[in-house]
Amino acid sequence: MLSLSRITATLFATFALSTGAAHAAPIEVTASFSILGDMVREVGGDRVNVQTLVGPDEDTHGFQPRPSDSRRIGSAQLVVANGLGFDDWMIRLARSGGYTRPVVIASTGIDTLAKGAGDHDHDHDHDHGTGEGIDPHAWQDVGNALRYVNNIAAALIDADPAGADEYRANAERYSGQLKALDAEIHKALGSLPRERRKVVTSHAAFGYFAHAYNVEFLSPVGVSNNAEPTAKGVAQLIRQLRKEKVAAIFVENISDPRLSERISAESGAVMGGMLYSDALSTTAGPAPTYIAMMRHNLHTLMAALTSAPPAR
Amino acid sequence: MSLNELLFAPFADFGFMRRALAGCLALSFGATPVGVFLLLRRMSLMGDAMSHAILPGAALGYLAFGLSLGAMTIGGILAGLVVVFAAGLVTRASVLKEDASLAAFYLLSLAAGVMIVSLRGRNLDLLHVLFGSVLALDDQSLLLIASITSLTLFGLALLFRPLVLECFDPSFLRAVSRLSPVAHYGFLLLVVFNLVSGFHALGTLMAVGIMILPSAAARLWTRSLPAMLLFASLSALASSIAGLLFSFHADVPAGPAIVLMCGLVYFASLIAAPGGLLAGRLPSRKHLES
Repeated sequence: MLSLSRITATLFATFALSTGAAHAAPIEVTASFSILGDMVREVGGDRVNVQTLVGPDEDTHGFQPRPSDSRRIGSAQLVVANGLGFDDWMIRLARSGGYTRPVVIASTGIDTLAKGAGDHDHDHDHDHGTGEGIDPHAWQDVGNALRYVNNIAAALIDADPAGADEYRANAERYSGQLKALDAEIHKALGSLPRERRKVVTSHAAFGYFAHAYNVEFLSPVGVSNNAEPTAKGVAQLIRQLRKEKVAAIFVENISDPRLSERISAESGAVMGGMLYSDALSTTAGPAPTYIAMMRHNLHTLMAALTSAPPAR
Repeated sequence: MSLNELLFAPFADFGFMRRALAGCLALSFGATPVGVFLLLRRMSLMGDAMSHAILPGAALGYLAFGLSLGAMTIGGILAGLVVVFAAGLVTRASVLKEDASLAAFYLLSLAAGVMIVSLRGRNLDLLHVLFGSVLALDDQSLLLIASITSLTLFGLALLFRPLVLECFDPSFLRAVSRLSPVAHYGFLLLVVFNLVSGFHALGTLMAVGIMILPSAAARLWTRSLPAMLLFASLSALASSIAGLLFSFHADVPAGPAIVLMCGLVYFASLIAAPGGLLAGRLPSRKHLES
């Protein structure tokens, strides 16, 4: 009985969807993750209805598609993925969901960086599938985001030629904002002396940011996701911070705030806040859009890097 | 690796190691003597039960006020006291014996604790807290642990006579003095305090280890109470140092390393000590009674 009613509901939904499309209502776009979704929303404006498969605050790396995702992607008129091995499952999912047009790869045409290009002794096991050796987090450089926007605009125009002017205007406006953001980041970080621009972080996602804005990101030694930190690990981390004269540290896997305080007190490095790398926050959070996310990261970095210089 | 690098440099170079050492020193001279009395009163397992009983209090304090030393301490102490006195009341007023009533209350307390822990979505933080953080002792925690140790030494000195009597002949004490309940509950108060103190340094799960293991080892070597207290405290301190160094050099978590070192001393004593396994088998010696 239940399954019957569900089938009926699905039939009605499909019917509603198809009639909706016939009325030239917003075109349905499915993006793989929240940052991409935000960009599509900016460029598409009212003409598109964007769904993201991996929502805010969710991890794209560990994404497990559900049947409903397959259905959603199948009914989309445009599917946008990041590429570079970040969301390969998207392409497979689109095929199996019945989506026949080519999947738009937003990162097409950017200069890729090798994994770990932004830091030394990179021992993270950051497996992104087939994009072996290439760092997929290209959006961390706003210059690349401009390329994303161009690609998205071209794809939207292709899918919905009637809205071409609107898409072009939106892309132009948004690109202007992104250029301003890019300049803002350059200016703020450029105002710091070179030796202060050194950060330890457990995120492996800032290679492009490091490359574009001349900030050195080191991965922390000694601490991992173990349930309890070891004396050796803590000592190694403190030694690293002292030796490299690191100004700030952003680590997520030291979740005991008392331990962070001790490390910070002994190494002179400031414990920074939270950096967003792979996903936006929810609208209640500090990084609900791509621009807000980059700005939040910048402010967090600046706050940590400009506060009390290492006391040594 | 020179001797200096092996033994002294870790403490000389890193403040967190010195703090860990100071915390362990305090525990060795506070919690461990309490453990000796627990052992002698045949209440070794009660320490374990109590350590679970303080969990919901500490967890509630954490949930309400975050990682606040005060809130977690007060919460833990309150939960411990509620369980101790409720169990005592039931023991005195019903047919249940002390172990049964204590077991009932600590199990309830533990269940409540687990429920509270899982109510919070991000329970990972709390797990870290429950596992303790001997490597992350700040000034406040150290002060708290040291204060509890001072209080404990003072309290043990005050209660020494009645406690010793209760250890060896509880009915005699009850017959000759009305101080029996005072000694009993005063002692349980100290147990709760020291479990909370140990919980800040080593976590709820490990705190009992540094109380009971050195005490059991000491009991194997001597029947004299002062010698037992001294041996237990010194071996607890030595185990702490060895455990911290082991954690430092071998890259293992510090809390379990310390307790395992205590265990090593216990096993060595079990084999070699006069009260241990081998001694009893020797024909020339009289069998030692516990």
